[in-house]
Amino acid sequence: MNTVQQIRFIWKPIVFLLCLVPAVLVVTDAFEITGRLGANPVEEIQDRFGYWALRFILITLSVTPLRRLLGWNWLPRFRRMLGLFTFFYAFMHFLTWLVLDRELRLADITEDITERPFITLGFTAFILLLALAISSFAAIRRRMGRNWQTLHNAVYAVGLLGVWHYWWQVKKDISEPLIYAAILAVLLGVRLFWYSKRKKPG
Amino acid sequence: MLIKKPSDIRPSEITSETNYINRRDFIRAGAIAGGSLITPGAIGAVIPEAGLAKLSDIAVSPFSTDETPNSIEDISTYNNFYEFGLGKDDPFKNAEDFRTRPWTIEVSGEAEKTGTFDFDEFMKPFDLEERIYRMRCVEAWSMVIPWVGISLAEVVRHFQPTSKANYVAFETLNDRDQMPGVRGRSLDWPYREGLTIAEATNPLPILAVGIYGRVLPNQNGAPIRLVVPWKYGFKGIKSIVKIRFMSTRPKNSWNMAIPREYGFYANVNPKVSHPRWSQARERKIGAGIFADKQDTLMFNGYGEQVAHLYKDLDLHRNY
Repeated sequence: MNTVQQIRFIWKPIVFLLCLVPAVLVVTDAFEITGRLGANPVEEIQDRFGYWALRFILITLSVTPLRRLLGWNWLPRFRRMLGLFTFFYAFMHFLTWLVLDRELRLADITEDITERPFITLGFTAFILLLALAISSFAAIRRRMGRNWQTLHNAVYAVGLLGVWHYWWQVKKDISEPLIYAAILAVLLGVRLFWYSKRKKPG
Repeated sequence: MLIKKPSDIRPSEITSETNYINRRDFIRAGAIAGGSLITPGAIGAVIPEAGLAKLSDIAVSPFSTDETPNSIEDISTYNNFYEFGLGKDDPFKNAEDFRTRPWTIEVSGEAEKTGTFDFDEFMKPFDLEERIYRMRCVEAWSMVIPWVGISLAEVVRHFQPTSKANYVAFETLNDRDQMPGVRGRSLDWPYREGLTIAEATNPLPILAVGIYGRVLPNQNGAPIRLVVPWKYGFKGIKSIVKIRFMSTRPKNSWNMAIPREYGFYANVNPKVSHPRWSQARERKIGAGIFADKQDTLMFNGYGEQVAHLYKDLDLHRNY
């Protein structure tokens, strides 16, 4: 087996299963097999999916810097899967909000999106992610040609909106959002740095 | 003073005679709790709060709701008590060794009787009552909690506030050594709260010292905390060490932190949204993942007892 095959048939399935662990734990904790969801399970489920969406967007955004800094040229082969797991967790977070928190009440949903800035941010990030997820099919990607990369640059906006959404959601203590923001700043910062160097002659 | 009673009192709920606390039992109960009988483990282990010292001679109150109280597990593992951390289960994990004895309460300000009192001495003049109250958190969740406590109105009258006393202010213990959250700067410590004198002398508020007939778990604000059932939970200041009668309105911590989101009054009001979420409905803790939320009631359902306090107040501006 060559490296490409190894990645495809061994490492990708392993990474796929690892990425599913947080979602599986939500289910097994709900049945109190591995742990528990606590006194307010809906809040716990919503928070966990939200946290994992944020973590996966940061993981996805670290693919390019890690490849360049460490020379891991095999790493981009996992990028689409990681990006789709970002979408998966964001979608579960969104669904929890829609069904369990807002109880599918249309008036409550529109009020949240239009009147609560942190939800406007999160909802916008989710819509962008949805567009990225749909256009990740190889057939669509081919059809989009150069537009595909333009659209997928929105991943940076998703990172910014997601962390901003979390920042505005917390009640008072911003120390945790700050950690996410710092990591995002580093990931976007190195790109800006490389970009500025590329433009300058010499 | 005319005490308004709720319309839904059944005759069977009214005790025929006042019960008095067996003070020695109460003091001993406190001493045992203070001596750390409690050894909570990680969440998921057996909840040790069921082993807390029992309180005795607790009178039944006509103000209790007949809704089913939440489990002690829910009540003692899902807490906002930032002195012990920001997560809901942090107080449960971090308040295990909190020392609630010896404990002193300083009463000061515009009152005839002032001074610093040992906890048991402070409690002596008052009778214990069980008050099963709805508790509505500003975060849009709610519980039903079977508190054991003493009437705040009686406490206020006992210290004989002067005519200048328009407000009662409270402070939580501020102890960096015992409270990991105080080392962080999530709020401007100590935690502060206050009530108008009219609110404080309403028959509903209590100073709670127990839950389910046993002394308060540390994470619920042991040894003594405020409960004001028609206000959002953050008004219920925990582990009180100072009570001050004031002529001017005292500061309260959440209002100091984010004045746009948290006011002084903090009355439960489904019609006034928090800037970041609606207050129209609430999630009942313990109802399960797929349970519907329930409608939030004006003044958390205690309007009959308290609405008159605010008849001249614009509740949209004085949130």
